[in-house]
Amino acid sequence: MNELLLRELTPAVIGVLVRRGVDFATAEDAVQEALVQAVLTWADGPPDDPRGWLITVAWRKFLDLRRAEVSRRDREQAVDAEPPAGPVEDVDDTLRLFFLCAHPSLTRASAVALTLRAVGGLTTRQIAAAWLVPEATMAQRISRARRRVEGVRFEQPGEASTVRRVLYLIFNEGYTGEVDLAAEAIRLTRQLASLTDDAETRGLLALMLLHHARRPARIRQDGSLVPLADQDRSRWDTSLITEGVAVLQAALARDRLGEFQAQAAIAALHADAPRAEETDWPQIVDWYDELLRLTRSPVVRLNRAVAIGEADGPAAGLAALAAVDAGLPRRAAAAAYLHEKTGDLANAARLYAEAARSAVTLPERHHLAEQAARIRQTLRG
Amino acid sequence: MARYLLLKHYRGAPEAVNPVPMDQWSPEEVRDHVRFMADFADRLTDTGEYVDSHALAEEGTFVRYDGEGRPPVTDGPFAETKDLIAGWMMIDVDSYERALTLAGELSAAPGAGGRPIHEWIEVRPFLTAPPTIAE
Repeated sequence: MNELLLRELTPAVIGVLVRRGVDFATAEDAVQEALVQAVLTWADGPPDDPRGWLITVAWRKFLDLRRAEVSRRDREQAVDAEPPAGPVEDVDDTLRLFFLCAHPSLTRASAVALTLRAVGGLTTRQIAAAWLVPEATMAQRISRARRRVEGVRFEQPGEASTVRRVLYLIFNEGYTGEVDLAAEAIRLTRQLASLTDDAETRGLLALMLLHHARRPARIRQDGSLVPLADQDRSRWDTSLITEGVAVLQAALARDRLGEFQAQAAIAALHADAPRAEETDWPQIVDWYDELLRLTRSPVVRLNRAVAIGEADGPAAGLAALAAVDAGLPRRAAAAAYLHEKTGDLANAARLYAEAARSAVTLPERHHLAEQAARIRQTLRG
Repeated sequence: MARYLLLKHYRGAPEAVNPVPMDQWSPEEVRDHVRFMADFADRLTDTGEYVDSHALAEEGTFVRYDGEGRPPVTDGPFAETKDLIAGWMMIDVDSYERALTLAGELSAAPGAGGRPIHEWIEVRPFLTAPPTIAE
């Protein structure tokens, strides 16, 4: 597990270099080179003080980089100025690095890439693979991002909500490369939560844990989707659920509700039901009411209508759905589901087919087309 | 992040404003057009938004399975209406609006007389994993 250890140490080591006066981009380059050397030399296990080792090597790499670009005299001065490697307070540095990498001046794409590299310790190649873009493209994206935050003072506090948004984006990318981005997002959110005293960050962590727990049951081997009600609940990861619920309860106890906590509460209620029929829908509706108050999001309004359909019957669900914007993706799918429950099969089949045409993922399109076909078969008798 | 395919059409799209076919351009006009495309791709590589691109041959063939043991049907009844895709570029951008902006810039590639051709570019989003939302 050397690689994970290295990645955990990355932000602290960058922070130490920046604190010693190295500019962010150079510090980041030096640490990446130190990481490469560590991978090569730690084959038999990490040294006794891995962090001290990395700081020393990264500092030497920085001096090498500097030597390449300044005069001989400047070089000697830099060597003379070398401070002894030793314990350095790193907690605040890591937090500042989170804020810097998610700086509002960056596009979301850049913030995500920079966070994965500087805070997550991933290589450019790994990040490029996860996004299925050429490595050169990702290298440019990262170096542009670094130039953009060059003038940002390291002390400037960022927006915690921006950092959370970036982590949430990373979580939703799933995994296509050698690094599981959902697991990486959880690791980083855990780290952020340990550095801040913040209920919403814990809410985000709980939400990720609870969703991640269901991942093994969500997709069949052939790639097709399994709706929540049909998932094999024995395949949910119970230790992740237990942890997610505990994190959520501690967050809610702070009495500073935010949208991630409310979403996590809904996920927890689903996770809590041993069978789909035992889901506590009335309480889920209550949480959607809270969520709607916090976000006013049309997606929340849609999900709330579905929950009302379960709690109070499909007619009530359809009534709630009437207030949802007609152009919203998945609205037709929700309407189809509720119409089928009322017994209006003709409308259900038509709406499922309509939903399939506007589906945003391929597995979803297939799933909805299958629903339409299933109902049409019933209608034909 | 969202991925889009920008599609250039030979036919099947509404007519361009500057519709002189490329084979009637001067060599200099052709070179300018090609350079515009290359510069555009370079610029998107610099912004970290470029994924891949390719031009396609002008002639395509429609193929359809026509039953066990029979040769596939090719290019049957659709020859008149078939829409040929001239080439494509895949981009990875922050938003749909950004994709539209870039497609608009691509549509301004110079053609006959060095004037923008104003060709139609089709913007097609990739189907990807949805953001996780509470069920």
